[in-house]
Amino acid sequence: MEAKKQSEVLSVTAHEEMIKKERRANNVWNKLKRNKTAMIGLVIVVFMIFIAIFAPLLTSNDPDEISPLNAFLLPGEDGHIFGTDEFGRDLFARILYGARVSMIVAVGGTIVAGIIGILLGLIAGYMGGIVDSIIMRIMDGLLAFPFVLLSIILMTVLGSGIINVIIAIGIGNIPSFARVVRGEVHIVKNEEYCNAGRVIGVSNTRMLFSHILPNTISPIIVYATLNIAGAIISEAALSFLGLGIATPMSSWGSILRQGKDCLNTAPHVATISGLFILVTVLGFNLLGDGIRDVLDPKMKK
Amino acid sequence: MSEVLLTVKDLKTYFFLASGVAKAVDGVSFTLKKGETMGIVGESGSGKSVTSSSIIRLLPPRTGKIVGGEITFDGRDVLKLGKKELLNFRGKDIAVIFQDPMTSLDPVFKIGNQMVEMICAHQNVSKKEAWDIAVEALKKVGIPQPEKRMESYPHELSGGMCQRVIIAMAVCCKPKMVIADEPTTALDVTVQAQVLDLLKELQEEYNTSILLITHNLGVVWEMCDTVMVLYAGHTVEYATTKELYQKPLHPYTWGLLDSMPKLSEEKKGELNAIPGAPPDLRLTGNCCNFYNRCPYATEQCKQEEPPLVEVEEGHFVACHRQNKEKTLVRGEVNQSE
Amino acid sequence: MSDEKKVLLKVRNLTKEFTLKANKFGEKPQILHALNDVSIDIYEGETLGVIGESGCGKSTFGKTIIQLHKATKGVVEYNGTNIFQLKGSELKRLKRDIQMVFQDPYSSLDPRKTAFKLIEEPLLVHKLIPNKKEREQKVLGLLREVGLDIHHAHRFPHEFSGGQRQRINVARALSMNPKLIVCDEPVSALDVSVQAQVLNLFNRLQKEHNLTYIFISHDLGVIKHISDRIAIMYLGRIVELCDAKTIYDNPLHPYTKALLSAIPKESPFEKKERIVLKGEIPSPIGDQIGCPLAGRCPHCKEECKHNIPKLQEVEKGHQVACFLYDKE
Repeated sequence: MEAKKQSEVLSVTAHEEMIKKERRANNVWNKLKRNKTAMIGLVIVVFMIFIAIFAPLLTSNDPDEISPLNAFLLPGEDGHIFGTDEFGRDLFARILYGARVSMIVAVGGTIVAGIIGILLGLIAGYMGGIVDSIIMRIMDGLLAFPFVLLSIILMTVLGSGIINVIIAIGIGNIPSFARVVRGEVHIVKNEEYCNAGRVIGVSNTRMLFSHILPNTISPIIVYATLNIAGAIISEAALSFLGLGIATPMSSWGSILRQGKDCLNTAPHVATISGLFILVTVLGFNLLGDGIRDVLDPKMKK
Repeated sequence: MSEVLLTVKDLKTYFFLASGVAKAVDGVSFTLKKGETMGIVGESGSGKSVTSSSIIRLLPPRTGKIVGGEITFDGRDVLKLGKKELLNFRGKDIAVIFQDPMTSLDPVFKIGNQMVEMICAHQNVSKKEAWDIAVEALKKVGIPQPEKRMESYPHELSGGMCQRVIIAMAVCCKPKMVIADEPTTALDVTVQAQVLDLLKELQEEYNTSILLITHNLGVVWEMCDTVMVLYAGHTVEYATTKELYQKPLHPYTWGLLDSMPKLSEEKKGELNAIPGAPPDLRLTGNCCNFYNRCPYATEQCKQEEPPLVEVEEGHFVACHRQNKEKTLVRGEVNQSE
Repeated sequence: MSDEKKVLLKVRNLTKEFTLKANKFGEKPQILHALNDVSIDIYEGETLGVIGESGCGKSTFGKTIIQLHKATKGVVEYNGTNIFQLKGSELKRLKRDIQMVFQDPYSSLDPRKTAFKLIEEPLLVHKLIPNKKEREQKVLGLLREVGLDIHHAHRFPHEFSGGQRQRINVARALSMNPKLIVCDEPVSALDVSVQAQVLNLFNRLQKEHNLTYIFISHDLGVIKHISDRIAIMYLGRIVELCDAKTIYDNPLHPYTKALLSAIPKESPFEKKERIVLKGEIPSPIGDQIGCPLAGRCPHCKEECKHNIPKLQEVEKGHQVACFLYDKE
């Protein structure tokens, strides 16, 4: 406080100011801005989302247009920034459009897993006892299945396609979400303020959604962000195995799969798509870690 | 007249936070003589604990910093000690007893191992000798079957026992000074009484100085020779215990004495509470930090920081209305809501 | 206190046992006796202080009455009805009458709700004031009543000091117009100067609303100040029960005497005779044989080791559970 405000140093208004200032300083976004790794992650993530959304504006090439004469052009050759693949399709365009598919699948899968997993986790954690046991044993069973095997079964049953990939990834990730949420609920439900609510006569539903869920949301956000990174890899893996996105539609995983076949003649196909996967996953991981640093460290008491 | 062991002069320790600079300690001065016990009383956030961690130079890195003042311990300038010297300084010269006995012991190691490790770090003895020293120390603090206890883990002992173990660890290196940071707050009254008695006994035996940090005035009356009252990082009054009880001078001290419910009191009446709450430490400074709760505050109190003046020999007070020329008479403090 | 005291809460043989999970497979689960056969009458408009050291069951006593713990045995009658048998809407109705203020003002408020929402919640849960405008007025009125400012309404708990948070807790409890408030160490986490403010608040509200308090604390000074009667608990039992004044003037039970002597002095000039109890509080786990204090009591007799003394009236309004006063 400046000299002219001297007599106001300890006044109520000064205290109010301080609280506002503290709110600003502790604002999640402001804290995130101060966290370098989180910002690097955020820039990468925003960039990837940006190219996914504005793919048509960033390239005039059709990602699916085949021109056998131009096959295996190197990056930069003949106006193809990333070169072309075995069918002469423009790799730059394919990567951009592939970003769309990868992002939608990863985010969509995480949302599906999140909604179901959070609900199951909340119920299991709050009810406890037999309900908890049943839900969590089912989750353990799901978790015991190797993810790829589970996805192969699901994809064989459902057939390929974006929605089905989302469902497969979603189901595969439910158990871990449920576990994270259940653990958090276990901590929160024994907090004194939940007891205080019980004394007042708060109903179970109100308790769950008005007190427990809001107080478990930070770790859920952190976990979801990190889960998106995992989902991108899962999608790539499924597509790589030929179980994910059907041709001609491209995702980074399917581009990688094509690149694998011509690794000797045209290494750039696999390299570039692989790099995009790597950088995006890194971005989400950095962001997730950053958010954790901001939200979690013993939230200022 | 015994020798002076520790002098702290106008100590300032600030915490640099994103939302501003918190002046956790902003002008604390006192001296501690050999073999004496000094109490530091104050409310939470008054800077009691930060003062003690400043003395042993154990502040959170990056955010906490000593920005001014002097600390002299046994003729040495504590603020100029190097890393290696500091390690010896803590533990060998000064031992610390923290508030929560359960968390100050490592739960995964046996008590014996922790004590032996500590002794070996500070004294030039073999493991075997260290073990004997530890058993001896445990015996001294009144732990039954010390040999057996050496093999126990901390969670197998009660809070009072753990605090005894910590005191044993503190004294087995024969430190010149012990900082006891709320040593009995986590304990029950009957156990508290035992622990306080133990501290007194050990002090007599080793002639250690004790810096006792507490919020409980009763403990101060019980234990201390001199007492310093802290408010919002500032020394507001510093005197011998008896003097402070008989002739408190600072309005905050009056309020503090009045707010304690007394056992001997007959009636169930209103307590004379101090209105309001302690200030935000990011706002304090350049004024008397107590002015907004003080019934005697004047315009001057809002404008100037009161200096710590010696009103009578050994009795210091920081109040604009309380110095050699002017004296404020303790009157109607009762301004409770 | 007049003679036509009305009993508000009648506690009879209240017992709470916790079953501890066995450490080893096949081992018998152990039983922790938190509360043993507690019987007491609580009169309308009085403050019953409950004091004891940690683990003596004083918090369990409060939480069992408020039904956060399910009682193992015993009956609690509120206005003549056994509260443990109430269900559904009757139980919800009861919760309006018996409220609680928790110990830790830092953890007992949902950190993601503003003061306004926190105080409004009980009104919403019990649908007390359906009109939104009126409800808002009521909340603001409550804020003022507990000594907070209207502009505090939209702050979050972490933006308040400990004392202010405890005021929010009180306002929350008060919003339902309760008859009885169980205060579980409501001031022990507060600083002395703030503690005095909150104690004054409790006293004022009691007078204005004719409240009955069960005030649980480990601080004898606080208990003595606020209570009309004091119950001293040791190892899950009430060992002495009397008027607040008597406890200081004429403590009877050896444990009470030791407790009083252990309290730090009130002035540097006071000389205190300390009665030292040997050792520590025995474990409440396992079977309880004999007087709980037998192992530490300086007056322990053979009888004490085998039988549990009953709480008996020794003088008028002064009950003690000790064989020393048995056949006087």
